[in-house]
Amino acid sequence: MFDLAGYGPQIIAGTITTVELSVLSLLVSFALGLLGASAKLSKSRALSGIATVYTTIIRGVPDLVLMLLLFYSLQIWLNDATDYFKLNQINLDPFTSGVITLGFIYGAYFTETFRGAFMAVPRGQLEAARAFGMRPLLVFRRILFPQMMRYALPGLGNNWQVILKATALVSIIGLSDIIKATQDAGKGTFRMFYFSVLAGLVYLCLTVLSNGVLLLLERKYAVGVRKAVL
Amino acid sequence: MIYIIQNYWQAFLYSDGYNMTGLAMTLWLLVISCAIGFCLALPLAVARNARNPLLWGPVWLYTFIFRGTPLYVQLLVIYTGVYSLDVVQHTPALNAFFRQGINCTILAFALNTGAYTTEIFAGAIRETSFGEVDAARSLGMSQWNLYRRIILPSALRRALPVYSNEVILMLHSTTLAFTATVPDILKVANDANSATYNSFAAFGIAAVIYLCVSFTLIFGFRKAEQHFLAFLKS
Repeated sequence: MFDLAGYGPQIIAGTITTVELSVLSLLVSFALGLLGASAKLSKSRALSGIATVYTTIIRGVPDLVLMLLLFYSLQIWLNDATDYFKLNQINLDPFTSGVITLGFIYGAYFTETFRGAFMAVPRGQLEAARAFGMRPLLVFRRILFPQMMRYALPGLGNNWQVILKATALVSIIGLSDIIKATQDAGKGTFRMFYFSVLAGLVYLCLTVLSNGVLLLLERKYAVGVRKAVL
Repeated sequence: MIYIIQNYWQAFLYSDGYNMTGLAMTLWLLVISCAIGFCLALPLAVARNARNPLLWGPVWLYTFIFRGTPLYVQLLVIYTGVYSLDVVQHTPALNAFFRQGINCTILAFALNTGAYTTEIFAGAIRETSFGEVDAARSLGMSQWNLYRRIILPSALRRALPVYSNEVILMLHSTTLAFTATVPDILKVANDANSATYNSFAAFGIAAVIYLCVSFTLIFGFRKAEQHFLAFLKS
């Protein structure tokens, strides 16, 4: 049924690259989101100001523009830095730049998701934890994070889907992902339509798969929560 | 920076001397695709909530496919894929349509935003409180009148905050047009970048323009919400 004209290995490698890129970007943006949300909710004016500027600007500018801006400028800045410190030139490959830019962009979206989720955890719980003598990191790990995740999961799932689809843009800056592989295959065999649709199907499968995983996660983090019976 | 502004400000804003480019092109893409998407989404959202599986099934499939794949892939399928089909190349009308990058772009954008908008409106229609529908039925309204007078006006109002997000995301998506050789803001920035190698300035200017448009849209939608959702204020 699937006639890949010998392009199968490239397409599979491209799919793996796409998945790797999305997972790594998710991790980076997850970490940035936690940091950003903590900064936004902190008492320090400067920290919350920086976080607000970050989320406002990033969410106001299209991801493709930011990606091109960072992709070209990061390399120039890095060259300047390595020149200044008399180091060898470090070349950023599209994959690394993709992870950095996607992580940086979606970190802003995660900041907003986590901010809402942090605020949804009852204050009393945090106070109780502190009354038990837990230090801030322990409070975060044992009390805040597990409860916050339940509120954050729907938003997180959305963001994951958006990241997965945004990885398609990274092929524009030259990453050999699923799009690049299928486009090459299409150009080589003169069957653009077939291979473009194939790329779409791969993405559809990934979306459906991740929907299933999200459902499982949601069930895991909702353990012990009583739902109203309507 | 100054050089780019001096040489490209017209191209960034409205024209490179021959064609509509830059901001004008981006806004045109945004308006036309959102308008088509909106007109598409209204009937589809009603059909999405129908009881007949033959009605909601195809709509579900449409939104599933278009929301499950990246817009870039959809654009590639329509721009490079469809045009490579023999049927399209040998039918003069189709050939003329799909040869133009801008037609393919608008088609892809409209279908994409139509899918998201359908789900947004369908969700709002589903949330209509049963009392309003019962009341309308008890007054003897026909199905058509029920939708026209009761369900749609209230659903569209309640969908406004989510729909405004979709429009802003669509603005961000219009940047993909430059991959189909449509001269939008990003294309001009890309040209400026290749001509001067001053990437930060070239793409930075584009980013600032997009930021301004985003803020204007957000401001406009907030005003619209104050007007249309005044009844929700407590």
